[in-house]
Amino acid sequence: MTQRVGIEVSRAVAIAAKLANVDVVAAYPITPQTHIVEDLSEMVASGELDASYIPVESEHSAMSSCLGSVAVGARTFTATSSQGMELMHEVLYVASGMRLPVVMAVANRALSAPISIWGDHSDVMSVRDTGWIQIFVTNGQEAFDNILCAFRIGEDRRALLPVMIHLDGFQLTHVIEPIYLEEQGDVDRFLPRFEYPLPLDPDKPVTMGAFGPPDIYTEVKKAQDVVLTSSKEVILEAWKEFGDIFGRYYSPIQCYRCEGAKVLLMTMGSFSETAMSAVDAMRDDGHAVGLLNLRLWRPFPFAEIRQAVKDADVLVVFDRALSFGGPGGPVCSEVRSALYSLDKRPKVVGFVGGLGGRVVSIAGFREIIERGTRIASEGTEQEFEMFGVRE
Amino acid sequence: MTESEGKPTWQQIEIGAIITEPGSARQYQTGDWRTQRPTYVHERCIKCGLCSIYCPEGCIEPNEEGYFEADLFYCKGCGICARECWTKAINMVEEE
Amino acid sequence: MTNTAGLVEIRWHGRGGQGAVTSAELLAQAAINEGKYAQAFPAFGAERRGAPVVAFVRIDSDNPIRVRAEIDEPDVVVVLASDLLRVVNVSSGLKADGILVINTPKTADEIIKEFHYKWALATVDATRIARETLGVPIVNTAMVGALLKAAEVTKLDSLIEPLKHRFGRLADKNINAMQKAYEGTTVRGKSN
Repeated sequence: MTQRVGIEVSRAVAIAAKLANVDVVAAYPITPQTHIVEDLSEMVASGELDASYIPVESEHSAMSSCLGSVAVGARTFTATSSQGMELMHEVLYVASGMRLPVVMAVANRALSAPISIWGDHSDVMSVRDTGWIQIFVTNGQEAFDNILCAFRIGEDRRALLPVMIHLDGFQLTHVIEPIYLEEQGDVDRFLPRFEYPLPLDPDKPVTMGAFGPPDIYTEVKKAQDVVLTSSKEVILEAWKEFGDIFGRYYSPIQCYRCEGAKVLLMTMGSFSETAMSAVDAMRDDGHAVGLLNLRLWRPFPFAEIRQAVKDADVLVVFDRALSFGGPGGPVCSEVRSALYSLDKRPKVVGFVGGLGGRVVSIAGFREIIERGTRIASEGTEQEFEMFGVRE
Repeated sequence: MTESEGKPTWQQIEIGAIITEPGSARQYQTGDWRTQRPTYVHERCIKCGLCSIYCPEGCIEPNEEGYFEADLFYCKGCGICARECWTKAINMVEEE
Repeated sequence: MTNTAGLVEIRWHGRGGQGAVTSAELLAQAAINEGKYAQAFPAFGAERRGAPVVAFVRIDSDNPIRVRAEIDEPDVVVVLASDLLRVVNVSSGLKADGILVINTPKTADEIIKEFHYKWALATVDATRIARETLGVPIVNTAMVGALLKAAEVTKLDSLIEPLKHRFGRLADKNINAMQKAYEGTTVRGKSN
């Protein structure tokens, strides 16, 4: 029976990987991802999970091991964060380029320097273009559910792409909250066996990761881009079927109280729930505001975003990462460009905040919405504004 | 559109650009790279096989009479065999 | 007695290794097992044994909890070691109708005379109870009992299962410590 339990989100993520019946876990511990891999290593050591746990010497090796593991057709899971993801950076491109569906939980954290072990989305944005499917989760339940979905999506023959599940470090990883843990039988029904179509097999030799000279590289990259873009269909299908079995439905963008909203706020990750409370308070005061919670980051949901903002006058985008010397928040910058070609589009105002574990309160989000609305009507020469910075 | 010249379109690329034909590197005629070729003085050759061991291309094997010779389909003409042959049985000559 | 309807926010003060985080977790699990919404987490950051630490619990009987920030304005403050009263401003942000729950051999009057607290106050000699029941001065489970006397955010019985799950063969002793502390806690109303 489905159980509603009070459990740390990291532990629920590890249990999801166990329920997915992973064959291989190769990971290196890093705060705030540590509890996820500690739990999996204990499950393997105790025999609760029949899998190989590869204790590697670095994140670069972790991801490299994962590639070899998927290449022979083993269901493979890993997790990392921040500097660890930076260290495996080059291998991330290899995973997607070779179309090897590793599933990775990323406990989102700031990047050095100065050293910060606390949460933001700098690490997410640094791997934006690595060709992985990338999904943000808002709470512990979404983290658990989407780890299961990630295997189903990534391993689908039409996708065969690695998947990152982004969960905010500490604000999600270290919090105990009620989570519905699903039954093995239901998970098995949702998640078919993994069968890689062209595995490494001595009886049927193939060459993987070969040279791509100039007369072939462009075609390979085009094929990769098309498959990542069209994986949205696979994602929507998986989310639909997940909902049909487990009763929780997901979408690329969650529209919260958007009916008739003239001003929309867009956030991603665990801050979205705080922002919902700000929207509730403003609605109570008679303001026509709503929230767009961005879940699907790659492939970028162009159509859904255009649809969601079509009746709004102002769209305020709140980023937890900074593109230095550039357009400010990466999400805002992409949303702006996605709307540029439309005849009717809202004014887009960007804020960057919540960096390195800085909290944005309910009142803070209210201030962001109000200030964003004012900037939209008065105009500004700044590309974006830093929120909550001492001056 | 770029002219395809019989090369695969993006739709024809295998998953992850995997090469499904085993040993396809054998079709690669590295002998094309050669500017010098090895020639042999069989009177000096003692059939020790050192040239075969040193050959970075792995393309030297004994012929029917047991003399070691390079397969010119693959031989890049690097000259390592000539350099290592201690009886001086191999000479590199310019390709014409 | 603190109002236990709607959202209740509890902040725990202890020293690294004393089990403040464990207390917070057990309490949240008990509330969740009762069908409520709850959340528990440590102060985010590095873990340091002996250093003053805080942990947080939110319990809401009706609504999912959306806020994930640390608790600045608690309804209840629990202090595992009274020596912290001199080191940390444990009452920071405590709501006017809130309550302090302190592990101390002193009486509430003595504490108020010393620190001039203007809130309701619950006191318990949890260290003595822990020594008697567990044989060691680890007060985290005793202080859960003290808290529940001061503010009935969950039923005392709801803690039994989480304690059994957490402590295994040491569970009975910890349950005993919790119950003894519940009985031994004196609650004194708000001073004027």
